[in-house]
Amino acid sequence: MPKHTTLWIGTRKGMFALRADARRRAWKLVGPQFLGHVIHHVVQDPREPRVVLAAAKTGHLGPTVFRSTDRGRTWTEARQPPAFRKATDGESLRAVDAVFWLTAGHASERGTWYAGTSPAGLFRSDDGGETWEPVAGFNDHPMHATWIQGPGSPIGQLLHSVRVDPRDTRHLYLGVSSGGVFESIDGGGDWRPLNAGVAADFLPDPDPQYGHDTHCLDLHPAHPDRLYQQNHCGIYRLDRPGERWTRIGAAMPRRVGDIGFPIVLHPTDPDRAWVFPMDGTSVWPRTSPEGKPAVYTTTDGGRAWRRLDRGLPRKQGWLTVLRQAMCADDELKNLGLYFGTTSGEIWASRNEGQSWACVARHLPQVFSVTAGV
Amino acid sequence: MTTTADTVQTRVASPLRSYTDGRPVVEACGATVREVLADLDRRYPGMRFRMIDEQDRVRTHIRLYVDTVPVESLDHRVERGQTLHLICALSGG
Repeated sequence: MPKHTTLWIGTRKGMFALRADARRRAWKLVGPQFLGHVIHHVVQDPREPRVVLAAAKTGHLGPTVFRSTDRGRTWTEARQPPAFRKATDGESLRAVDAVFWLTAGHASERGTWYAGTSPAGLFRSDDGGETWEPVAGFNDHPMHATWIQGPGSPIGQLLHSVRVDPRDTRHLYLGVSSGGVFESIDGGGDWRPLNAGVAADFLPDPDPQYGHDTHCLDLHPAHPDRLYQQNHCGIYRLDRPGERWTRIGAAMPRRVGDIGFPIVLHPTDPDRAWVFPMDGTSVWPRTSPEGKPAVYTTTDGGRAWRRLDRGLPRKQGWLTVLRQAMCADDELKNLGLYFGTTSGEIWASRNEGQSWACVARHLPQVFSVTAGV
Repeated sequence: MTTTADTVQTRVASPLRSYTDGRPVVEACGATVREVLADLDRRYPGMRFRMIDEQDRVRTHIRLYVDTVPVESLDHRVERGQTLHLICALSGG
């Protein structure tokens, strides 16, 4: 039986799913689920596709995680959602305001998940998301309060982009907005900043070790020594064991710039990536430059970029795509690419971005779009 | 309905009724708000954390009252016959 692509959509007012037919031409919108909940991220478990996790809260209520073990048909709440440990005397009182990010753990660690929160905290579950424990090595790191300062984003500090090296369960990366990229080689016991070469032009230090505003970080699944990030200050690539990021966004057209939120990698080709540029000039409108939305792609690791805008609005298209709201499926012959906008539209391409079609509109503000089956 | 000496009525705001099977009023036991909330969480797992954070602070958009008296501390005493109100303050848009 052919597998059909499902897009899991988190919005400011609930969760939806878009289910494709076999050719990815017709899409059926299912939902809403959790109507009225803020859903920052919905992720299907690639190791066990019947399992789907959703990060949720409402305007009134505290954060939680909902779990489905039947591909989204029914949901139960995590028994112990992510929460910081109880503060001791004299410590600042940290409480999770929102679960912002979910990452399924290593392929060999079935049931393991990571969650990133606002304020910036890292949490781990070893039972499929039922119970969560703080990762003390990060949350209580002696440098945590130094690395991560300031509000980070309009909804606070955000820990996101938790990435697990497919060769090594103990090798982890994550991104913090603001804080930058951090790496652990001991399963989260200790961490260090990994930001050399990345601009942080909102800080007085021209070459700081931390404090950067990483918007989205990804590690290539087939070539895990290659990292990409879309940063508040440009698009970067890092080839490990190198330590210094290269600003590959420098090759973007000057009138478009290299500011944005998401970056999406090809499942097998480490030289291919897609971004959705936004206007980062003057007061930072964070909308498509000149009202002409486009995806840009590279096929050579960021040495050159090509505009992909067929099917997208030619003018007066002031789209914003947030960091979790762009993704690829795994149809390698004709890779599907998808993005959701803060104006409630879902756009799809079934030819690697060559052309685009709007497959859903009138949704609430889209926070995340992830591909599953 | 059987009530014990420290049973209090609890009025549940609509956003929390997914935990109480839609019931707007439920019973719980305890001599303080802290104890009543703990009992509520035993009966309706997960409910407390949506109102009270991990540092035992009432969340920003939640208000608790015993009868008409605002709860300033989770150690606020409750008596039999009193009502604990779990209220969601205005928020969002």
